[in-house]
Amino acid sequence: MSSVGDAAAAPGMAALAAEELGAPGASGSDAGASGPSHGLRRRLRKEAGLAYLLLVPVLVLFGVFSFYPFLRNFKLMLYKTPPFPGLPAHYVGVKQIWPTLTSTQFTQSLVTTIVFVVLVVPLSLILGLVLAVIAHRKLKGMTVYRMIFSSTVVSSVAVASVIFGTLLNPVVGLLPWLGINPTPPALESTTWALPSVALITIWQFLGLSFIIMSAGLQSVPDELMEAARIDGAGAWTRFWRMTVPLLSPTIFFAVVVSTIYAFQAFGAVDILIGPSNAVRLHTNVLIYNIVNTLQVENNPGVAAIMATVLFLILLGLTLLQMRFLERRVSYAR
Amino acid sequence: MAQVGFDGVTKRFGDTTAVDDLSLSVPDGELLVLLGSSGCGKTTALRLVAGLEEVTGGTVSIGDRVVNDVDPKDRDVAMVFQSYALYPHLTVGKNIEFPLRQRGTDKEERSIKVKRAAETLGLGALLDRKPAQLSGGQRQRVALARAIVREPLVFLMDEPLSNLDAALRVQTRADIVELQSRLSTTTLYVTHDQVEAMTMGHRIAVMSDGRLQQVAAPEDLYARPANAFVARFLGSPGMNLMEGMLVENAPATIGAAGTGRMLHSSMAVTFPGASVSLPEKVGDRVRGTGPDVILGVRPESLRLAPMGSIAATVVIVELLGAETHVICQSETGARIIVRQPPSATKPALGEAVRIEVDGDAASYHLFDKATGERLDRE
Repeated sequence: MSSVGDAAAAPGMAALAAEELGAPGASGSDAGASGPSHGLRRRLRKEAGLAYLLLVPVLVLFGVFSFYPFLRNFKLMLYKTPPFPGLPAHYVGVKQIWPTLTSTQFTQSLVTTIVFVVLVVPLSLILGLVLAVIAHRKLKGMTVYRMIFSSTVVSSVAVASVIFGTLLNPVVGLLPWLGINPTPPALESTTWALPSVALITIWQFLGLSFIIMSAGLQSVPDELMEAARIDGAGAWTRFWRMTVPLLSPTIFFAVVVSTIYAFQAFGAVDILIGPSNAVRLHTNVLIYNIVNTLQVENNPGVAAIMATVLFLILLGLTLLQMRFLERRVSYAR
Repeated sequence: MAQVGFDGVTKRFGDTTAVDDLSLSVPDGELLVLLGSSGCGKTTALRLVAGLEEVTGGTVSIGDRVVNDVDPKDRDVAMVFQSYALYPHLTVGKNIEFPLRQRGTDKEERSIKVKRAAETLGLGALLDRKPAQLSGGQRQRVALARAIVREPLVFLMDEPLSNLDAALRVQTRADIVELQSRLSTTTLYVTHDQVEAMTMGHRIAVMSDGRLQQVAAPEDLYARPANAFVARFLGSPGMNLMEGMLVENAPATIGAAGTGRMLHSSMAVTFPGASVSLPEKVGDRVRGTGPDVILGVRPESLRLAPMGSIAATVVIVELLGAETHVICQSETGARIIVRQPPSATKPALGEAVRIEVDGDAASYHLFDKATGERLDRE
């Protein structure tokens, strides 16, 4: 009975759909049908015009602050600025690209950045996940902990850096108070300066990582965990065999986002290390290097080349992570 | 194989009492259905056996062991959830294998058991699929396979059919009954569907507001409900309940069915404008109780007859094919449903009719008006 009904309804539905899409000729041989179809198309065109009009503010903002600088960057790469202020830049084409890429200033900076990312991303995500799993339990007062765990997300880099700078201070800091007083002080040590900056960044990322992981955990049905409990899985097995695989889309997202952020770290380095610090070369992450090259060395061409490399690295990483991780991600719920 | 026992079990969530002093014993191999409307505590009772909730008071036992403080994984029970709770990132085969793996069953034995469970439920061809690629019915069967694969002491099923469409539900209902009887594993089955309860349960435990109302075999539950709640809850439509006064020596106005047998007694239930005489057997059992009572009569024990004892007006006539439900309103405003065979003459809407109770003593159910408890206990 239902098949008869479906068959009867189908042509009508098709015609309706065709009309909505404004497909020519789809409404059949009926000459009268082309009239309303035309009117509809006119209306759609009008609506599209309105849509573009409404998009104008966003397009202007993006154009001025994103697209134009982005494209301008490629042009800057082709110009060399003399090291003396006031002299005009002159066109050199691709000539300065290779020397810049092979310079120790750049390669060292790249290695430093990668070490920094490797220190920051896994640790902040693992800690965020652990805190999220702890806070996911239905215990009294857990909301307070949730608030504390996620609070770092609203703290500014500047404030965090100042606080950590004070904690690590060799005279008034927490470390000497605890009886740990390395010489040279952590932020002046070639070994410990970068890990110290990484530590602050991890602390800063923790809030976001915690929030992302918590949101992921909320979307895992309780019944799955209960089924696993009854099926004999202990807490550890449930975490590894259930929570982690089920969270893999979330973890994937968090890895991409925090890697991109970590590659762009700047504030903590700028505030804690500063241009006069002797260890500055050991904490010379890419963005810091780019800003330095542009502002201190007044060399926009070289800065633009490094900025482009950073862009390509981030683009490549995102694509690679998507391709690689997508296969192991279980999106199906 | 094991029996399951609840002994004075209470479960509270804050101020809410979900299960209130539940005492119930499920013998080895029985399929017991926990029946009740949503929020009656039946699922909580099931989760207490699984160990997913901790009891507030009383003891839960499986076999000879009190399991109050035993972790779910050590209770040796298997549960089928309403949502099936299949592991979405594992294939069907791995889903079924999971409980065996957790118990350290060796690989060879695992693969034999998984195969056997999958074949029992007709999943042989689907072992490499992910749950997302399966239909509702197939998922349901995977959940069952995962439950039977490790031969647990007890099956716990929480409304496992409610996400299936009607036709599949009837089919799967029969499959579960067949499977359970073949494995003879003690099973607790939670449902709000009385048809499921009646067709599947060896016994049915009816719950309401966290309290056990009655536990009995389906036919006994239907024939002799312990209280007005059970009477109304079971049966589709439920039993007609009419509030009245139990009187002795009432003038026997109109007899109960003209079967020719001596059914009149000196006991009757009177309503404003009507009086129903009770058969002698029933009257003797309830003598001395009341006087405020509820008379319960199943729709199939009523018929429209010109000499019937209850005057009423026809409100709705529902044609169901195999039978007709005539919904009437008595003079006191009570709704009375009469179930008619298809051959009976259908009354018109608004027609004034008279309703008669058939003469069988088993058709009369008397409950105390204040407590709702059955009066004619044997």
